[in-house]
Amino acid sequence: MQSLILGAATGGINTGDIAFQLVSFIILLVLLRKYAWGPLMGIMKERQSHINSEIDAAEQSRQEAKTYLETQVEELKKAREEAKAIIDNAKKQGEAQGEAIIKASRDEAERVKEAALAEIASEKEKAVATLRQEVAALSVKIASKVIAKELDENSQEKLINEYLKEVGESR
Amino acid sequence: MEHGAVTKDFLGLTFNMSNVLMITVSSVIVFLIAVLATRALSMRPGGMQNFLEWVVDFVKGIIGSTMDWHTGGRFLALGLTLIMYIFVANMLGLPFAVVVDHNLWWKSPTADPTITLTLAVMVVALSHYYGVRMKGFKEYGAEFFKPMKFLFPLKIIEEFANTLTLGLRLYGNIFAGEMLLALLAGLGTSGIFQGVFALLPMMVWQGFSIFVGAIQAFIFTMLTMVYLAHKVSHDH
Repeated sequence: MQSLILGAATGGINTGDIAFQLVSFIILLVLLRKYAWGPLMGIMKERQSHINSEIDAAEQSRQEAKTYLETQVEELKKAREEAKAIIDNAKKQGEAQGEAIIKASRDEAERVKEAALAEIASEKEKAVATLRQEVAALSVKIASKVIAKELDENSQEKLINEYLKEVGESR
Repeated sequence: MEHGAVTKDFLGLTFNMSNVLMITVSSVIVFLIAVLATRALSMRPGGMQNFLEWVVDFVKGIIGSTMDWHTGGRFLALGLTLIMYIFVANMLGLPFAVVVDHNLWWKSPTADPTITLTLAVMVVALSHYYGVRMKGFKEYGAEFFKPMKFLFPLKIIEEFANTLTLGLRLYGNIFAGEMLLALLAGLGTSGIFQGVFALLPMMVWQGFSIFVGAIQAFIFTMLTMVYLAHKVSHDH
């Protein structure tokens, strides 16, 4: 196992290998840093900051949404209260109006009834007055006829009956 | 199993051409995976981007468990590159090995102690560099005499022990895995009966090696962050 001994394969130390390994590793390190690790770190950092800002934005919009929701709830509550007030008002007004209408119609009915009664009364008065006038006229007629004709008792009687009959017929 | 390697001398340095090849292949694969996965980046990740982001989070977790993010953030790129490079390097030797003229060409680069110790020394050197840079030389030096002055020699030994264990742990695991795979492959190709016999342990050991490779990549990155945290953090 000759090659197990350090550098035994060539019978001396491979100084060239050392130099070549060092130089190639340093070149590899420099190249990779420029062409691979640099851009890769850049994109990883960029993603990190992107995620950070996204989280911030999400947090902010969540906060905004929360305040919006709160105001919305407040508004809704207010609207509901307003609606309730309007409905109550309307109910009250309706009731008052109904009562007023009922009262008005009752008054009207009373008035109509009274008017009717008054008319009836005046008609009755009128009728009585007319009757009275007629009776008076008739009496006067009868009296004048009685006075105008000097009649005996029989014919008087007959006459009266005649007139009465006449009156009864004309009525 | 006693494979040689083609070596070339260049600028006074000795290059094992197999290591050079495999280091290049590993680096190119890691680069392609990382770059292709981050070509079409989007805020909603899918597919490869998702996978890579998982790796990033995983390494972030490793760093976060050893030091606070303020100091540890700068090591993220290092940790990511380390864990992916070592994982890919560990995986490369698993499906097959290529031997040309008794020279091993395709293998895990991390199955070579030179490579793993290079990475380990680099990590420990980095930890010292950041220790001085972030705490100042005085406080950095004072760390070696805490909690008691006579522990200074142990502290020095600790640095070397850390380096050695960090590198050799990775090497040992991967090399042993490849060694057993090579043995099983050798057994399997020596006859039909042996081939059937070797198939099951081969599959089991490959599955286990995937596990070991992933674990070792994790451990290497974890210990890197532990050593760095040990040097850069103030409360020790």
